[in-house]
Amino acid sequence: KGQMLKPPLMCAFSSEVTATSRHYVDRLFDPDPQKVLQGVIDMKNAVIGNNKQKANLIVLGAVPRLLYLLQQSSSSLELRTECAVVLGSLAMGTENNIKSLVDCHIIPALLQGLLCPELIFIEVCLRCLRTVFISPVTPVQLLYTDPTVIPHLMSLLSRSQRTQEYITQIFSHCCKTPEHQTVLFNHGAIQNIAPLLISPSYKVRMQALKCFSVLAYENTQVSMTLVNVLVDGELLSQVFVRMMQRDQPIEMQLTAAKCLTYMCRAGAIRTDDSCVVLKTLPCLVRMCSKEHLLEERVEGAETLAYLMEPDVELQRIASTTDHLVAMLADYFKYPSSVSAITDIKRVGHYDPIILSLDHDLKHAHELRQAAFKLYASLGSNDEDIRKKITETENMMDRIVSGLSESSIKVRLAAVRCLHSLSRSVQQLRTSFHDHAVWRPLMKLLQNAPDEVLVMASSTLCNLLLEFSPSKEPILESGVIELLCSLTQSDSPALRVNGIWALMNMAFQAEQKVKVEIVRSLGTEQLFRLLSDPDSNVLMKTLGLLRNLLSTRPHIDQIMSSHGKQIMQAVTLILEAEHSIEVKEQTLCILANIADGNTAKELIMTNDDMLQKIKYYMGHSNVKLQLAATFCISNLIWNEEDGSQERQDKLREMGFVDILHKLTQASDPNLCDRAKTAMQQYLA
Amino acid sequence: MAELGAGSLSLGDPAFNYQEHELNERLKRLYPAVNEEETPLPRSWSPKDKYSYIGLSQNNLRVHYKGHGKNHKDAASVRATHPIPAACGIYYFEVKIVSKGRDGYMGIGLSAQGVNMNRLPGWDKHSYGYHGDDGHSFCSSGTGQPYGPTFTTGDVIGCCVNLINNTCFYTKNGISLGVAFTDLPPNLYPTVGLQTPGEIVDANFGQQPFVFDIEDYMSEWRAKIHGMIARFPIGERLGEWQSVLQNMVSSYLVHHGYCATATAFARATETIIQEEQTSIKNRQRIQKLVLAGRVGEAIDATQHLYPGLLEHNPNLLFMLKCRQFVEMVNGTDSEVRCLTIRSPKSQDSYPGSPSLSPRHGASNTHLHTGADSPTCSNGVTPPNKSKSHSGTGSSSIKYPSVSSSASSSTSSSPSSVNYSESNSSDSTKSQPHSANSTQETSLSLNFRRNQTHVTRSSNHDSEMEIEAEHYTNGVVEGSSARIMNGTYKHEEILQPDDNSIDEGCTNGRQLCGGNQAATERMIHFGRELQALNEQLGREYGKNATHKKMLQDAFSLLAYSDPWNCPVGQQLDPTQRESLCSALNSAILESQNLPKQPPLMLALGQATECVQLMARVRSGSCSFARVDNFLH
Repeated sequence: KGQMLKPPLMCAFSSEVTATSRHYVDRLFDPDPQKVLQGVIDMKNAVIGNNKQKANLIVLGAVPRLLYLLQQSSSSLELRTECAVVLGSLAMGTENNIKSLVDCHIIPALLQGLLCPELIFIEVCLRCLRTVFISPVTPVQLLYTDPTVIPHLMSLLSRSQRTQEYITQIFSHCCKTPEHQTVLFNHGAIQNIAPLLISPSYKVRMQALKCFSVLAYENTQVSMTLVNVLVDGELLSQVFVRMMQRDQPIEMQLTAAKCLTYMCRAGAIRTDDSCVVLKTLPCLVRMCSKEHLLEERVEGAETLAYLMEPDVELQRIASTTDHLVAMLADYFKYPSSVSAITDIKRVGHYDPIILSLDHDLKHAHELRQAAFKLYASLGSNDEDIRKKITETENMMDRIVSGLSESSIKVRLAAVRCLHSLSRSVQQLRTSFHDHAVWRPLMKLLQNAPDEVLVMASSTLCNLLLEFSPSKEPILESGVIELLCSLTQSDSPALRVNGIWALMNMAFQAEQKVKVEIVRSLGTEQLFRLLSDPDSNVLMKTLGLLRNLLSTRPHIDQIMSSHGKQIMQAVTLILEAEHSIEVKEQTLCILANIADGNTAKELIMTNDDMLQKIKYYMGHSNVKLQLAATFCISNLIWNEEDGSQERQDKLREMGFVDILHKLTQASDPNLCDRAKTAMQQYLA
Repeated sequence: MAELGAGSLSLGDPAFNYQEHELNERLKRLYPAVNEEETPLPRSWSPKDKYSYIGLSQNNLRVHYKGHGKNHKDAASVRATHPIPAACGIYYFEVKIVSKGRDGYMGIGLSAQGVNMNRLPGWDKHSYGYHGDDGHSFCSSGTGQPYGPTFTTGDVIGCCVNLINNTCFYTKNGISLGVAFTDLPPNLYPTVGLQTPGEIVDANFGQQPFVFDIEDYMSEWRAKIHGMIARFPIGERLGEWQSVLQNMVSSYLVHHGYCATATAFARATETIIQEEQTSIKNRQRIQKLVLAGRVGEAIDATQHLYPGLLEHNPNLLFMLKCRQFVEMVNGTDSEVRCLTIRSPKSQDSYPGSPSLSPRHGASNTHLHTGADSPTCSNGVTPPNKSKSHSGTGSSSIKYPSVSSSASSSTSSSPSSVNYSESNSSDSTKSQPHSANSTQETSLSLNFRRNQTHVTRSSNHDSEMEIEAEHYTNGVVEGSSARIMNGTYKHEEILQPDDNSIDEGCTNGRQLCGGNQAATERMIHFGRELQALNEQLGREYGKNATHKKMLQDAFSLLAYSDPWNCPVGQQLDPTQRESLCSALNSAILESQNLPKQPPLMLALGQATECVQLMARVRSGSCSFARVDNFLH
């Protein structure tokens, strides 16, 4: 067994170890096959549990020789088997060992070995392959390079419990992409692996279950197939439910819950199915409890967050299950004191205690981000749940500090959580303001990866809503520049959020804010956004325009400086192919312009525009008719300078007839609007 | 399942009977450790333990409010008929809200006996509740704590009491809401309280399947407790434990006379056998004789090898003689067998293995309770569904009580028999006999041309006496009077089973093997036996057990086919086992060796401990049952 040698001693022994290692390698080249075999067996016994010895042998070139012996048809079965065993042992060492083995092309050699008819040799090859493939340093693609490998592995599944265990373990570690899922699916993974779920061997059952969880993840095809699979006459979902029984090992319960979660999210199982509501969800909530391992709590919380993300009913049920909201607060109590750890860290770096603390610290991050994710999912729809979350002890403080944590994962999860809670008017008015969440949020926006930026800016949009008390301090912090720069991003999500935030900011804003927005954004950028390929961006930009063009003095002021471009843009949009919503929004902008004192003239002098308005008054869509009528109504409004001339001009153009017709409209709003407009003529 | 609004169920109603059956089955499955004779389970609300504003219907499962409901002073509660037994381990009931009434001020929970019923559960000391209007939990206090969601019409609220850690959680529509109360006191009753008109709730104490998967929850605790037992730290004492276990196995083998096995085991484990080889072999020989039905020879051998033993145990001697008489009827005892022409081979050996070890079936153990048998303080009662109704290790003078199935006596016992000496195989003429005939008449035995009135009494009192007399410090024979009264045993034994019945008895079985001389010998022996009884009666006072034993043995003669008569069970070879172990124990005791193998003693101790746990309200006893560990 490997001994823990203190560093100075290890140096002293080093050369001696190398000498004996060399002897082991030399024996592999002996002309007598019997001696070679004995050499390999001795080597096997020497490397077990001895990482130093393993490293030495690799450096001395044992691997290519072992692989050569393993592949030689002249080698005896026993020798080939022992070679595979030694290679497997070497693979059990450090990640560097694995890298060296992979560099020596151990994978094709072992895969080739699987063609041998002898079961014992197949098993040791698989065992070694398993060890290599489950290492994070091995490129999983190597499993798929040769297209004959997967079908052959499938055929080997029937050979023995060992082949079943190793092959399913290889599959579950090497299925990382939708393409991998498809390859395995197309080679009959489901039919071949399903029977293993009732294998007498726990290891086989467990690895088969893991296979299904990776196969079903975000894969509709696999999930839809799985729901109809029968194992020994029982539906697969029922097999999974049985595996979630509370007397089963936690690993099995958790993995079975993952399978059902993925099947549910892929649409193969309804969210109100009892196996989801009464089994999967409670099982995942249980996994979050303190009595489980940290990894299990993290996985449980993340899976649960994923399960209920799209379904408010599941969110409501989870929020009342086993005090989940309070239970999650425990995720932040680990480790008890971060400062204590950082203090110890300064002392030294190689102490094993510190290493384990590093490990703990990593877990602490994982726990926190999982809790934030789950809170985000819980609070994404229901106001009562959001209230419950924010009332959890120190919740807002935790989010605030989470926003500035070193780990990106935690920051992202914290901002997701904040975003979810920011959908609540109530919370925006109270806890968000009390805890000045805008401050760390603004800091986060200064320099962050795109995924964090998207969430943060989206949250900012909500904080800039008119009723939000945080709006003022955010404005003062110079947010406009930042938002304007977001609108120039390559990411449509960021452009939307930038312009959306500006739109919210402009709503009923003071003149100087509006001026600042226009100045900072620049008309050029504004018009670029009006032709943005993303219709969301276009809508929000129109919304911004509309918000800018409200109250008469503002309208006139902006139109006097940018009237020409704005009218141009409006014309372009009305002439182009756009959705009803876009056109409606544009007509509303026009109506706002028509409300200005001087701005009116920009329309009145533009016969082409007037014709367009006339066209939309007779449009088949009521919303567009209404917006166009509103525009005319503003133009002919009495009590304003020049109203008589405008009325006359528009009468000449035939608007009165149209208005008259619209007073007979079936839509009461449109009818009222037309009548109000007609009254302007009568007065 | 009774639907909402269905007519109320009444006794005799098939639906009710079905529900009752369901209930019993479910309760048995959920709470196997509960002895309902000692601690009955709640099955309905109590019509006596409620406030006057509460109305009950539907077999006392439906509760409705019939007060004014003006304010909290009009609150009213009802308790279940019985408190929750600790031996449940985990207890669960559900309440369906049929109607929330005016305001839905409903409370579901637990309360101790005597807590004011003019209140909602949770408001007072030793009272706990979860209220529908605000979703708060009330822990012996007028002010609630935020706990769960509100509940209303159509919701099913469950209440689970964990008697292992004394906590309680609720469920709503099958979802667990998390712990509500901790440190609960013992002996709480399921309780509901209502406060405004129109409120109606239905209880489910197991009459219907539960919405929440309580069995899954129980399985987790069972696994936890089994894990705790399996991982019980032994630490430094590993070697000590090993030698204790070896001694247990060794002494068990020795006790039952497995001489060769015991010697081999002792050699392998380097343990020492206390008893001498010859002594073991002697005991083994005597046991084999008893098990082969050759009781006369067994008596002779005992008297020869252990002089004075039977003289000092007149009860044992009497039982042996009684058995000898039965074996004569069977035609297996050597005194009659030598008169028959049968090949001795067929009767030499006890059918099947001479295994004496008790079989621990999976069946439910009906354990002696303190009240029934205060004497068996340390006893274990092996379950006895299996045919080998084994009494191994029982030193008790145990009456193989076949007759107690006399509940059927009126219908099946032709108690008046004409027995003719010259015509032993002829069908006997039976006359209907008054079931009320007194016991005394039955003791007169006149075989020649006389009518023999044989009545078997089913006097329970006398059986209780047997129980009381029957003293043991260890293992108690499985067949307590109570069990033997059950019918299943009777039926099973009467089933013909060639494997377990002496070869000679399978086909055309005849009294004393059909030999006339043997029959005469038997009758003669019967008279001697009666004389012995009378003599013992004079010396030691009347013994109801003996009287009954004798009655049952003689009753065999009252039937044309004794093997297929209500008392024919006595003839079953398995009935020899208890006597065999009694004799074995007596011999061991006379040699100053333990009359019980320590293994059985330990088993008895463990079983008794688990029962004691139930009485001291340690709920984990429910999942630490001894039969879970016997395979």
